[in-house]
Amino acid sequence: VTFDVYLNVAVGGVLTGLVYGLMALGLSVIFGVVRVVNFAHGEMMSIAMYLAVVLFSVVHLDPLIMLVPIAAVLFVFGYALQAGLINPFITRPEHSQFLLLVALAIIIVNVLLIVFGPDARTVQTSYAYDSFQLGVLIVDAAKLYAGAAAIVVAALLFAFFRFTLIGKAIRACADNYTGALVVGLNVHRLYALTFGIGAACVGAAGAMMTLIVDVTPIIGPTYTLLAFVIVITGGLGSMPGALIGGLLIGLTEALAGLLFTPSAKSMFAFGILVLVLLFRPQGILGKRVT
Amino acid sequence: MAAMFERFAGGLSPRTAILLAALVAVLLAAPLIVNDYLLTVLIIILYFAYTGQAWNIMMGFAGQLSLGHAIYAGLAGYVAAVLFTRFGIGPWLGFIAAVPVAAACGAIIGFLAFRFSVAGVYFAILTIAFAEFARIGFDHLDFVNASAGLFLPVAQYTHNDLWRLRGDPAMFYYVMLAATFAALALCRVLIKSRMGYFWLAIREDEEAARAAGIDTFRYKMYAVVISAAVTSFAGVFYAFFYNNLFPEQVFGISRSIEMILGPIIGGVGTLFGPILGAFVLTSLAESLNDALAAFGIDLPGAEQVFYGICLLFVVVALPEGIWPRLARRLGVAERAR
Repeated sequence: VTFDVYLNVAVGGVLTGLVYGLMALGLSVIFGVVRVVNFAHGEMMSIAMYLAVVLFSVVHLDPLIMLVPIAAVLFVFGYALQAGLINPFITRPEHSQFLLLVALAIIIVNVLLIVFGPDARTVQTSYAYDSFQLGVLIVDAAKLYAGAAAIVVAALLFAFFRFTLIGKAIRACADNYTGALVVGLNVHRLYALTFGIGAACVGAAGAMMTLIVDVTPIIGPTYTLLAFVIVITGGLGSMPGALIGGLLIGLTEALAGLLFTPSAKSMFAFGILVLVLLFRPQGILGKRVT
Repeated sequence: MAAMFERFAGGLSPRTAILLAALVAVLLAAPLIVNDYLLTVLIIILYFAYTGQAWNIMMGFAGQLSLGHAIYAGLAGYVAAVLFTRFGIGPWLGFIAAVPVAAACGAIIGFLAFRFSVAGVYFAILTIAFAEFARIGFDHLDFVNASAGLFLPVAQYTHNDLWRLRGDPAMFYYVMLAATFAALALCRVLIKSRMGYFWLAIREDEEAARAAGIDTFRYKMYAVVISAAVTSFAGVFYAFFYNNLFPEQVFGISRSIEMILGPIIGGVGTLFGPILGAFVLTSLAESLNDALAAFGIDLPGAEQVFYGICLLFVVVALPEGIWPRLARRLGVAERAR
């Protein structure tokens, strides 16, 4: 194996990692504000992936265009979920929240199984086998587009939280719950908005993901775990941390798949998680909370 | 010994004692009444009652949320199965070998996490990470046949061999029943002990517990190690009951989740919650299976959807679990501790 093979695999890993990062960003936003760990995160992404597959086969529109309506659908789903089901749980103990979201995850996986069957579905875009060559570097077109789209969506999200009034209000809720109540913010509505935004992130990431991997009903739990690994590695609640974590895990998985065997790649991701939790529990970019 | 018994039986109200005796009588007589299918269901119920009880030591008593308990059962199952298939060492000696392995694994996870004050959600995810690490590791470990699975020889048996755990379902049933009651008794002794009170203090408010002079690190370590050691028997039992071990099934996150659904539905931190929860959930899953078959619905996944909806309903309607409410109904609620 020569150096340029490593380089190509690494670049592919980084591009996939950007999409991972966007997916994890959704989880991070939800946890950072609502303080609920979304144990159905990967399952929500698989909903988005199936939406992309169906839309592609029915109206033949590219997943990167359809990611806008898909993100909108997931936003509504996330908003309704938080407003209708999760809000009473925000003060309950973690195991209770865990059970609620695990039950939801079980329902999502099996409804997808009933509707779509167990076989893998895929999106065959016209550029699925294209690639760009830059010197020794050969980059998959699909991964490049997906990674670029992930950067755009993440940038929009950062701008939203930084510059809009609602974004600031949401950050205020995250910083100081009581303070937010005192100044008259409708915290429950902002929580629902936040959950919707987190779901929209994972929805957009799901649409991009269809360019990179096939979708089956049972991939949900794998990606839920992956999102945890990324978010904790980067720092739970830190938005840039989630992206950095995504890059790191994407890169690690790609290189581990090359150096060892692809089936062992997530072991290295978990290895990184264990190391981070032990030596820097707050994550790479996280702030230590006491 | 007498003091132990006193601690176990002491403080039981006559009503509780009578209900408990009735339950024991019914469970002892069950194999004479039910058919083999129902007996297998009962074995699964007891299995989850047992693992739930073991998990409850860590979460229900000491307040440490473990979402990777499959690792302790899985390691123990593999230890016993390897000793049996490679060296012909029987399950009971295998169990004695498996306990320190599971306990050591618990000690490592606990030590690393509690030393670096990894707590709450972070601790829960660390436990998942270790279980996943084990799953993928065993998937690539040729010594235990990797992902192809490790099989125990299934020979024709003419009589029940308790020493080698080879026999008919009734034998396995009584073994698991004994284990379940042993775990219940152990938990009652533990929760009434000095350590039990320390655990509850840590669960309720760790900072306050430390301020009151409790060595929280040490008692959290005890909780993990005891919980892991108790869980290990379930792993050995699983190996000899099913006669096959696949890393995917043994260490998978869904296995860990199955283990903890019972106690959460039944009532976290209660002594009888894990048993009730296992009973409710397993019979729910089985009856959904039968009901769908009766209606001629043959959709893979339909059963699981209903199961998920029922879980959702219980967790929304009964935040404390089923047992605390049922206990008040039966008039056997424990006095406020």
